[in-house]
Amino acid sequence: MNKTIMTVDDSPSIRQMVGFTLRKAGYDVVEAVDGRDACTKLQQQPVHMVITDLNMPNMDGIELIRQVRAMPALRFIPAILLTTESQPEKKAEGRAAGATGWIVKPFTPEQLVAVIAKVLR
Amino acid sequence: MFGFDAVAGFTHHVETVLDKVRTGAVPITPLLIELILAAKDQIKVLLEDPSGDGATNSDESNRIISSLNELAGEAESEQTASPKSAASAEVGAAISWRIMFRPAVQVAMSGLDPVSLLEELRSLGSCEVKACFDRVPSIETLNAEECHVGWEIVLTTERGLNAIKDVFIFVEDVSEIAIEPLPTQSIQATARPDAAEISATPAQRIAPSVSGNAPREKISAQKQLTKDSSVRVPSSRLDRLVNLVGELVMNQSRLTQVAARIDDAQLTSPVEDLERLIAEVRDTVLGIRMMPIGTTFTRFKRLVHDLSGELGKEIDLATAGAETELDKTVIDQLGDPLVHLIRNSIDHGVETPEERVQAGKPRRGTVRLTAAHAGSNVMITVQDDGRGIDPEAVRKKAIERNLITPDASLTQGELFNLILLPGFSTAKQVTSVSGRGVGMDVVKREIDALGGSLQIFSEFGRGTTITATLPLTLAIIDGLLVEIAGDQFIIPMGAVQENVELSRSERGRNNGRNVTAVRGELVSYINLRESFAISGEGPPTEKIVIVRHGIDRVGLVVDRVLGSHQTVIQPLGRFYRGIEVLAGATIMGDGRVALILDVAGLVRRENSTPFTTNSN
Repeated sequence: MNKTIMTVDDSPSIRQMVGFTLRKAGYDVVEAVDGRDACTKLQQQPVHMVITDLNMPNMDGIELIRQVRAMPALRFIPAILLTTESQPEKKAEGRAAGATGWIVKPFTPEQLVAVIAKVLR
Repeated sequence: MFGFDAVAGFTHHVETVLDKVRTGAVPITPLLIELILAAKDQIKVLLEDPSGDGATNSDESNRIISSLNELAGEAESEQTASPKSAASAEVGAAISWRIMFRPAVQVAMSGLDPVSLLEELRSLGSCEVKACFDRVPSIETLNAEECHVGWEIVLTTERGLNAIKDVFIFVEDVSEIAIEPLPTQSIQATARPDAAEISATPAQRIAPSVSGNAPREKISAQKQLTKDSSVRVPSSRLDRLVNLVGELVMNQSRLTQVAARIDDAQLTSPVEDLERLIAEVRDTVLGIRMMPIGTTFTRFKRLVHDLSGELGKEIDLATAGAETELDKTVIDQLGDPLVHLIRNSIDHGVETPEERVQAGKPRRGTVRLTAAHAGSNVMITVQDDGRGIDPEAVRKKAIERNLITPDASLTQGELFNLILLPGFSTAKQVTSVSGRGVGMDVVKREIDALGGSLQIFSEFGRGTTITATLPLTLAIIDGLLVEIAGDQFIIPMGAVQENVELSRSERGRNNGRNVTAVRGELVSYINLRESFAISGEGPPTEKIVIVRHGIDRVGLVVDRVLGSHQTVIQPLGRFYRGIEVLAGATIMGDGRVALILDVAGLVRRENSTPFTTNSN
């Protein structure tokens, strides 16, 4: 069975690019437009990994990861933050929330797949 | 270093050639094997040389060395074309790193499985991983969601430090990570104890150890090692253990008798358990003494090689069943008779290449040596595809030697068994190998001493098969327990054929001669009461235990037959070693001693002193 990865981003172009790359790499993809949408969809369908943008309306990436870590079924899944800047304090905040790692934008599809291969078993 | 300079100098040359053989630079040829064997003999000569300088034999040494060098040199010049340095240069760029990785206790809460990092490391190069459990708290305080395990990794990779650091990029600021390069030579030294530790303590054996591609060979070799790991124990300790178990068995049967007399359910049940356990211990301990017979097979290869060369014959030795296990004592004593049988096959059995071609057989003869289990026995077969035994030649020879009368009618099997008689040899001329007429009877005596038997089968012109059937062990035998005037004796069950009654009136009928008719066949018997000078009269009806002795049947007269008995053989004391009619003694359940009769010895004694037994 293919692993399912959720990609959360308010930018359709990023969602499309991530989704396209993941499908090509052999994963099933669930898309969500923001943190709240992601939470709702995760209630219905558990996934193996979450890749989320940091800044989003309604619920940002850090809060989403906090929510994910609070769901018993998803406590230990990898969660990757996509950030435009690599400020140390945001990294620390994300880590405190339970983020597995981060990818600094802009990134290439190869980098994305490499990171997924690294954290998703 | 130890003054064996001549030996060292000589073996150096041989080792050089052997090393080339190992690397494949020199092919293995019959000539090479010949030279290596000659070298082995030469080393022996050098070792025994009293002067120690090797001067006395330097000619032979030089001859072997120069032949070896010639052989090695020739082959090498053909081989030099193949380049093999390219691969090693590539490997040379790889550096080994020792990596200490302790993820944060909360690592699981960030959704990262540390094992995936270890696997990523493995993709960089060959690596060996050892788990460190020193920080794991006791089970009472352990939180299953926390990670207290650290890993020590020895990684060999060409990818450089940055590639390794990249692996840990998400965890580097919250984990303890130390990466240091290792000097190349110390890889072995550091990796090995680590691996050894993993297998050393049970707690660490469950460690999730991950390993790279290259060391997998090493790991599997270690697995092999642990699977086949063995302990060398002096055989004296093993003998002591067997003796102790023997005494345990005896005590247990005493206990069983007492329990049977008391007849209390509370006692019977634990005694039965004990009986079962002791039987298991006995089997296990006797199993320890078992050794694969293959150890003796190897020396026969050399024997066949040398002898066939000496006699100008071309003979291969094929062995099968080398893994068949036998009691070590049996194996030790089996060597000489087997050498004899193989010598016989080579000398008398297999023909010269010319004769073989004429007879329409392949030029090379085959001597087949096989061992196989058959029940509680082991069958060892020496088979050749030579000329076989001529029954007529045997008959003529037997008549000539007064072994049979000219009109005796014998089956082929009986004829062949005549070969086993002392002083019988069918070889037309005496060679240095065999044929001095001391052949088969010695083999037979040695096999008899081991409690075994010999069967000969031969098809004239097609080959000969000689099968030795041997008991698995000498320490415990099946015995028939008999009684004479209240004293108990054991007759080895392997020899027993049947029991018949002997009434006093029947004894009288044969005019005092010790023979009786069993289903029309006359069987001579030995009256043990008389042989052992036991006073008193036997019961009105005595029993005759008929035992097999070679091709004859011999009766042993006893008062009563009590039944079969698992007999633990105890050797007699030093002063009683010379008694040929006894094979040993055993201690009975009630503590009494029962003597174990040696049938062959009994018959020998009766034959040598024919009149003393019939004196009354």
